[in-house]
Amino acid sequence: MYVAVKGGEQAIDNAHRLLAETRRGDPGEPDIGVAQIEQQLGLGVDRVMTEGALYDRELAALAVKQAQGDLVEAIFLLRAFRTTLPRFGNTRPIDTDTMIIRRRISATFKDLPGGQVLGPTYDYTHRLIDFSLQAADGKPPRVAIADADAGAPGSMPRIAEILSTDGMIAAEPTHAQEAPVGDLTREPLHLPASRDVRLQNLVRGDEGFLLALAYSLQRGFGAAHHPFLGEIRLGEVTVVIEPAELDFEIAIGEITVTECVMLNRFNGSAETPPGFLQGYGLTFGHCERKAMAMAMMDRALRWRETGEIPSHPSQQDEFVLYHSDNVEASGFLQHLKLPHYVDFQSERVLLRRLQAEYAAKTTNQDDPNPEARSGD
Amino acid sequence: MTIASNTPMTRKEWIQVLARADCRDLEAACRQIAPLPPYRFIRRPETGMVMVRARAGGVGRPFNMGEATLTRCSLQLDGGPSGTAYILGRNPRHAELAALVDALLQDPSRGAELMASVIAPLVSKLRSQRQSQAQKTAATKVEFFTMARGE
Repeated sequence: MYVAVKGGEQAIDNAHRLLAETRRGDPGEPDIGVAQIEQQLGLGVDRVMTEGALYDRELAALAVKQAQGDLVEAIFLLRAFRTTLPRFGNTRPIDTDTMIIRRRISATFKDLPGGQVLGPTYDYTHRLIDFSLQAADGKPPRVAIADADAGAPGSMPRIAEILSTDGMIAAEPTHAQEAPVGDLTREPLHLPASRDVRLQNLVRGDEGFLLALAYSLQRGFGAAHHPFLGEIRLGEVTVVIEPAELDFEIAIGEITVTECVMLNRFNGSAETPPGFLQGYGLTFGHCERKAMAMAMMDRALRWRETGEIPSHPSQQDEFVLYHSDNVEASGFLQHLKLPHYVDFQSERVLLRRLQAEYAAKTTNQDDPNPEARSGD
Repeated sequence: MTIASNTPMTRKEWIQVLARADCRDLEAACRQIAPLPPYRFIRRPETGMVMVRARAGGVGRPFNMGEATLTRCSLQLDGGPSGTAYILGRNPRHAELAALVDALLQDPSRGAELMASVIAPLVSKLRSQRQSQAQKTAATKVEFFTMARGE
């Protein structure tokens, strides 16, 4: 049992002032602006929005500033802020088919309909430190621009559509489309969790945790067959709502999302024919590694649909879903920094007794008649 | 967002343009149409959230992806139509101006003029931003070749 302590107000207040000074750093350097973080540290901002489960670039950037770049702390700040806001309703499900695509690649089809566009990517960079960025000259980088008539991308059908035409993939189950949608912000997690709840959990889940679990799948702790990247898309999708005071739906703007489909072979069971089964990853902003890890985990947790036998931690709902949230994990771990003086005192008392008993026992081991100690 | 260029814009369409507009552009446009007519709030600008939904696999079962901040406002011109705005983000001024322009656009005596002076420039700005983005993206279109071995 945790026993609270009192006091320390002045020291705590002073520590927070010192934190503010440390956060500010050398006052000779310009104060970093929230817009600069939003624009120039955009991928960090995107992670904070995704795991903070709140799309608001400016707010996420402010949280990153307040947390001195500690993204998990920033995620916590965003989650705390969202509890202060009322919810006006739900959007129509976003339609990633009509995404304004900025990046779309596939590792399964070289010539997939609609083609591949690399967009802004770190893929194929050499991961060498670029010292020219240090000598900030203020000149904008020069970007290649295609002819105006090349600007209109053709239709980009999703990978499952292509595969379903030759029966290689089962259609996404849609029978439950009208079923109530689970919401982890309103109800606690119950197991076994339905796919809607798992997906919500995975979107909010810690990137590092999901990355490591996906990696464990790949290394043989769960994925029986090689996973393939069906498709990654990055771009803007329209947010559509139907306000009560209007008798029509309105699109209120676009949000950036990353979508990933992973494909994994399934050799068939008594009920299900062989084919590919997809895992789905989706994030706010550009979080490609996270979207891929999420898609791997979604696929791994779909074993109930296929009849596969879960035998590794990455396939266990309880293990994955109860440990994915970094706000909960960080809170539980970091609460250990709070004073535990009374708990620890009780441990010491207990240990002292056990040690005394142990000492008595080892002394008795010299006893030539061991039967006398039985029953302990 | 698709915007038909030849048919008159519907209220739904202009609400969508106003929601996407840069607040600074709306401020500038409203300065041009000054003096602004008096209006009263039906609902003062109010920030909340909307739960963004998505579908498993993009097409399947809906799930809750995460929330987005949203600001809404409703107002009524004195003796005239009322306007409504829903915008992404937390800018109360944007919601107020968007609701105001929505109301003004429904006024038959000034709707056409505002359509030309306020909405048309916003649409063309949004179009050119999108076109520029598309051209930059198109420049990264890639053709991969599979290396043939032993031939």
